[in-house]
Amino acid sequence: MQAETKDLLIRIAWRSFYVLTALVVAAIIYGLSILNYGVIFKYFGKVLGGAVITLELVTIAVILGFFVALPTALMRLSPNPLLRYPAHTFIYFFRGTPLLIQMFFVYYGFAQTDIVRETFLWPIFKQAYWCALFTFVLNTGAYSAEILRGAIQAVPAGEIEAARAFGMSKWTAYRRVILPRAFRIAMPAYGNEIIFMLKGTALASTITLLDLTGVARTVIARTFTSIDVFLVAGLIYVAITYCFLWGWSRIEKRVNAYLSQQP
Amino acid sequence: METVLPYAGLFATGTAITLLVTLAVLPIGICLGLLGAAAKLSGDPVAMAYANFYTTVVRGLPEFLVILIFFMGGQHAVNAIVDMVGYDDFVDFNPFAAGTLALAFMFGAYATEIFRGAILAIPKGQAEAARAFGMSGWLTFRRITLPQVWRLALPGLGNLTLVLMKDSALLSMIGLNEIIRVAGIGAQTTKNTTLFYFVGALLFLLLTFIVTAIQKRLEIKANRGIAQARG
Repeated sequence: MQAETKDLLIRIAWRSFYVLTALVVAAIIYGLSILNYGVIFKYFGKVLGGAVITLELVTIAVILGFFVALPTALMRLSPNPLLRYPAHTFIYFFRGTPLLIQMFFVYYGFAQTDIVRETFLWPIFKQAYWCALFTFVLNTGAYSAEILRGAIQAVPAGEIEAARAFGMSKWTAYRRVILPRAFRIAMPAYGNEIIFMLKGTALASTITLLDLTGVARTVIARTFTSIDVFLVAGLIYVAITYCFLWGWSRIEKRVNAYLSQQP
Repeated sequence: METVLPYAGLFATGTAITLLVTLAVLPIGICLGLLGAAAKLSGDPVAMAYANFYTTVVRGLPEFLVILIFFMGGQHAVNAIVDMVGYDDFVDFNPFAAGTLALAFMFGAYATEIFRGAILAIPKGQAEAARAFGMSGWLTFRRITLPQVWRLALPGLGNLTLVLMKDSALLSMIGLNEIIRVAGIGAQTTKNTTLFYFVGALLFLLLTFIVTAIQKRLEIKANRGIAQARG
C-alpha cells in the first residue's frame, strides 16, 4: 500500500478509534449492568429451543434449495430460449425482491387462494412452517442457481475439451468433469449464501414461527424487558455462523486439496 | 387494476419512503465503511481489533434482529434519558431514525471490506509519484487514492445498495410506512392479498432496475479514463 495513504489512515484511525474505545467500553459496562439476568437465565432453554427450529429451517431450505438451484442453473445456461427465459425470470424475481414480501405473498396471498384452499395443498400451506420453508427454498434456490451458473461458466475450457477428447457424451462430461469442478469453485460463494439463509430465517418470526428470533420476541413481549433476550439470541446467531464457517472452510480445504500449494 | 388504482397514491408514498431510507443510509454507511477500512489497514492493533469485531458481528447477525435491537433499544434509551430529565410520559422512538441507523450500521460493515479491497488494489507507485510532486498525505488521499477507490468500489457498492434496498423492507415490521406496509394495508382492506403483495414486489423490481441502471452509468463515468480490453 502507498506510504502516504497509510500514514493518513493511521492518523484517522488513532483519533476516531480511541475516542470510540472510551465510549464503547463505557456503553458495554453500563449495558451489562442493566441487563435482566433473571429473565435471561429463566428463558435460556426456551431460546435454545428456538435455535433448533432455526437450524432445522436452514438445513432443509438449503438442501431442497440445491435441488431447485441445479436444474435452474442448467436451464439458465441452455441455448434453448424456452428453457433459458423461465429460469432467468425466476432468478430475477427472487433476487430482485425482498424475502419478506415473498414470504407474505406465499403466506397471506398464495396460501389463501382457492387453488390452494380446495386442493391437496391446503393441509401443507395452512401451516406457517411450510409456507416459510417453501419461500426459503425458492429464494435460496434462485440465489444458488446464480452461484452455480457462475461456477459452471468458470470451469476451465481445457478441462471440458479434454473430457470431449476422451469421447465423453455431454451428460457424462457434466456428471464426471464439469459439475464436480463447478461445485468446488462454488464452495466459498455457497457458504456465504447459507449464512444469508441463516440470517433470513429470522423473518419466519414475522409469520408466527417460533424460531430463535421468534422466541426472543415472545419472551420480550411477555417479560416487558427491552432487548436483553435479543442480545442473547444475537450471540447464538453469531456462534452458529462461526461454527458453520469453520466447518465449511474445512470441507472446502478437503475438496480443494488438490489445488493447495503444500504437499 | 380497479382494485389497486385507489391505492396508487399510497404506493407512491411507500416507494418514496423506501427510496428515502436508502438515500439516508448511503452517506452514513459509506462513511462507516471508509472508517472501517482505514482502521483495518492502519496496522494499529486496537483499531484493527475494533474493525474486525464490527465486521465479524454484523456478518453473523440477522438483519431483522439488528433492526429490532436498534428500534427497541433506542426506544428504551430515549425514554431512559427523557426520564432523567424529568419528563414522565412515554416517548415514541422514530422508526425511520432507528431503521436508518440499523441499516447504516450493517451497510458500513460490508462496505468496510469493499473499501479495504479497493484501497489495496491501487498501485504503490502512484502515491510515490504524488509525493514526488510534493503532495501532502491528505492531498494524495483526496486527489489520487479516493477517486480510484470510488472506481474500484463501485461494483461492490452497487450490489450492497441493492441488498440495502431489499433490507429496508424489514422496516415495515417496526411500523415504517414503506412499500410492504402499504401493500399490507391495501391487502387487508380489499382482501386481495395476492394482488397487493405482487404489486409491492413489482415496485421493488422497478427500484432494482433503476438502481442497476444508475450503477451502470456511474461505472461508465468512473471508468472513462481506463483502457478497456476489446474482444
